[in-house]
Amino acid sequence: MTLWWIGDAVLLVVVLPVVVYLLHGVLSAARSIVPSVRSIAATTAAGSKDLDATALLLTTQSQVEQTVAGVANYGGSLDVIIDDAE
Amino acid sequence: MVVLAIGPGTVTVVALLLIVLALVYYLVSTIMALSAITKGLDEVIVNVTEIIEKSAPVNDVVDAINGQLDAGVDLLEGLLVKKAGLVDAVGLVDGLYPGAAAAGFRNFPESTSIEAPRISEVYTKGTLTLARLGREAPIAAANPAGPVLRNVEGGSLAARLLYPSVRHTAPPELPRSPVIGTDAPVQYEQRDDIGAPRKRLPASRVGGG
Repeated sequence: MTLWWIGDAVLLVVVLPVVVYLLHGVLSAARSIVPSVRSIAATTAAGSKDLDATALLLTTQSQVEQTVAGVANYGGSLDVIIDDAE
Repeated sequence: MVVLAIGPGTVTVVALLLIVLALVYYLVSTIMALSAITKGLDEVIVNVTEIIEKSAPVNDVVDAINGQLDAGVDLLEGLLVKKAGLVDAVGLVDGLYPGAAAAGFRNFPESTSIEAPRISEVYTKGTLTLARLGREAPIAAANPAGPVLRNVEGGSLAARLLYPSVRHTAPPELPRSPVIGTDAPVQYEQRDDIGAPRKRLPASRVGGG
């Protein structure tokens, strides 16, 4: 009977606080991850939105191609009408 | 009487019940937190997938743009060196963009070792700008077969002489202003009608009829 009482005391004084402490730690860690994940989600959403302008690179590529073609034509004309240095 | 009813078995049951309650509370809370994490990570995965899809063609497009710009640079450098010569080309670029001669031309590694002539101190900047336009520039009006236009020792005078201005180069060739007066080298005959009586009009017109 005495041992049983000692076991009850250990259960209430040692086991229960340890269990609560460990579970509280797990819950705190899990809850601390939530804001970080939300922040990451917001950041990736903003990054994805920023990349919406990448489609304009095709326009830039086309304009660069036209510009270089114009420069090439102009350079060809200059090559004809201007004498070489030597 | 109540105290006597509580035995070690009752305490054990109560302790186990408390442990189970603690387990239920914390585990349910943890499950809810993990659920929120999972939901957030799902959003992250969707956004990251969008980023990957949107950025996939960027490398190819940028490489193509860089290739075309490289071709343009090669063309312009080659044309400039061909037309102006390597030394003058370096001086011309350095005159327009001071300090650029140190970098030299990309396709002409030897250009980095050239001491850039101080073209900008002889040509005015406006002249250089116009010279880039081709033969319509005033500098292009000079005969290319003539003497060199640059005079590295002349300073601003050399730059001024680049413009086809007769006032600066050959004032004696201008027509002289006429000399008037009695001492004028050229004397003109006096007109007979000056000082003579005014000619009378015909009588018919004077009479009105």
